[in-house]
Amino acid sequence: MADVLAVAEARDGVVQGVSREVVTVARGLADALGGRVDAAVAGGRGAGEAAAALGEQGADRVLAIDGAEQVDVRAVAVAEVVRGGDYGAVVFAATGPGRDLAPRVAARLGVALLTDVVAVEIDGGRVVVTRPVFAGKALARVRALGAPALLSIRPNVFPVSDAPRAAQVEHVALSGEASAGGYRVVGFEESAGAALDVSEAAIIVSGGRGLKGPENWHLLADLRDALGETAALGASRAVVDAGWRPHAEQVGQTGKTVTPKLYFAVAISGAIQHLAGMRTSGVIVAVNRDAEAPIFGVADYGIVGDAFEIVPELATAVRKLREQQG
Amino acid sequence: MNITVCVKRVPDTATRIRIAPDGRDIERDGVKYVLSPYDEFAVEAALQLVEAAGQGEVTLLSYGPESTQESLRSGLALGAHKAVLLTGTPDMDGWATARVLASELAEGDAGLVLFGVKAVDDDQQQVGPMVAELLDRPCATSVVAMDVAGDVVTCRRAVEGGQEVVEMDLPAVATITKGRYEPRYASLRGIMMAKRKPLVVKPAPEVAPGIAVESLSYPPERPEGRIVGEGTDAVPELVRLLREEAKVL
Ligand SMILES: Cc1cc2nc3c(=O)[nH]c(=O)nc-3n(C[C@H](O)[C@H](O)[C@H](O)COP(=O)(O)OP(=O)(O)OC[C@H]3O[C@@H](n4cnc5c(N)ncnc54)[C@H](O)[C@@H]3O)c2cc1C
Ligand SMILES: Nc1ncnc2c1ncn2[C@@H]1O[C@H](COP(=O)(O)O)[C@@H](O)[C@H]1O
Repeated sequence: MADVLAVAEARDGVVQGVSREVVTVARGLADALGGRVDAAVAGGRGAGEAAAALGEQGADRVLAIDGAEQVDVRAVAVAEVVRGGDYGAVVFAATGPGRDLAPRVAARLGVALLTDVVAVEIDGGRVVVTRPVFAGKALARVRALGAPALLSIRPNVFPVSDAPRAAQVEHVALSGEASAGGYRVVGFEESAGAALDVSEAAIIVSGGRGLKGPENWHLLADLRDALGETAALGASRAVVDAGWRPHAEQVGQTGKTVTPKLYFAVAISGAIQHLAGMRTSGVIVAVNRDAEAPIFGVADYGIVGDAFEIVPELATAVRKLREQQG
Repeated sequence: MNITVCVKRVPDTATRIRIAPDGRDIERDGVKYVLSPYDEFAVEAALQLVEAAGQGEVTLLSYGPESTQESLRSGLALGAHKAVLLTGTPDMDGWATARVLASELAEGDAGLVLFGVKAVDDDQQQVGPMVAELLDRPCATSVVAMDVAGDVVTCRRAVEGGQEVVEMDLPAVATITKGRYEPRYASLRGIMMAKRKPLVVKPAPEVAPGIAVESLSYPPERPEGRIVGEGTDAVPELVRLLREEAKVL
């Protein structure tokens, strides 16, 4: 029960950045338990070889599961890997795909799942985690009673650290144990511009009703572009309800919970349900023309003024800085 | 086709949360409760599917304290046909909740079992897919729209970068997020009729816990922020602070 399984994520053969956080956390747990870290990856052709890089963060082995892209099959495969090993803990990422997969694996193994974990330790040989509850209004310290302990970590919370190893890649054959079946992915429609999901972005530029209409979003998009490819757009619910932006971008209690390193709230008042989704961001910047807006209560830095003037100026200044930095 | 919707009673999103003296739960007195917002989308989806088919019943299922009856009545007022309350005190052990709900669902004849994508109190996004595994049924998560034709339900799922289309053979399970389904308001007639609709109340089966909540605490206060300045003049100083002090640029 000393080993730890890190469930890495790959899309189209590309290992997602969050997987390095997953392996970092798994390494920490395995060191405390005195075991090895295996990184399981199922993400199409070449994902296994690409995942060998996870040795940097301390994976001893990469278990490449081929032919298990669909979530129901992946759940069967991961559960099988867990049963075949000696794992005290299994770590997932609390991303869209991770949230889809982890509960299925937990149910197959007959154990509980602790989601959105923001801190973890081994206490008395058991995994004990901290996770936000009631939309971040409280933190719960929770002990896993069953074995192995299953947890999913919130992206951008655990700093990646290196503990290099030469990870060997092993290909795992599916035994053919049927999933429930009756689940077929038959299509995909790309939505315009949503390259990076808001829940995984390191920087978020969110806009509120004060921006007056969807036609003004190019201002935010320009600031996002200036900030580079780890930045994504977010929105308040008022904006989503008005149909200006898709629900996928909504931050808050009935949208996504985000923990970027840097969060810009532009013309967002800071209602309690919005704060619920973003208050654990690293650094919060607010731009609002109302000095009394509640968003300033959680912001590290605020500018009082008109977003229509400030945002373009900010984009220019950020561009200049990034050019200087090369 | 009959549809069952699992609904949870949760503190209203605007409620202030106070930790109880024992440090393991919140003060329950004085808290206003509502049906979890995503569960309202799921109820709406079920009602629309049944209306489109012109037949079938919608059953609401909840595991919670006696007071949950009030929330179930409000769901019946929207048009659900009957409700079942399994009384008990769920905590954030989603695996325990899933086993409680599955024990009741295994007895039923629902062709579709719907969930909210997440309950806004524990925010775990797990109970739906866990129940599906327990019932050995396919499960589509984060569904924004669905249509039934014959023995197949076609679901559109909100995923990274777009929408995925998934077909499932019935019986199946789905978790619903915001999309096509705008919750309706109860009519006066609906509220009157709800009083006479069947609401079965029975104790939840005992299940062994998978986790133990050791303590609750308040999140650390964010350090006092500051107003950098007013208008565009403040922009250079903001960028300097982000780079030199916060070190995020
Ligand atoms: C059950 C429930 C769930 C909810 N879930 C969410 C959620 O998940 N996410 C969420 O965001 N909300 C949520 N809400 C809604 C929330 O209560 C607020 O209504 C919403 O967040 C307000 O959005 P806003 O800040 O964009 O708009 P407003 O509150 O209208 O604020 C607009 C702001 O823009 C400023 N402004 C106007 N013009 C300018 C300008 N030119 N330059 C600079 N500033 C300007 C104004 O001073 C104001 O502060 C929920 C509500 C309920 C009841
Ligand atoms: N105690 C409960 N009673 C009925 N349904 C529940 C309960 N807890 C969770 N659910 C359902 O499961 C969904 C997801 O909950 P969660 O996994 O806790 O985020 C909710 O939206 C409900 O549909």
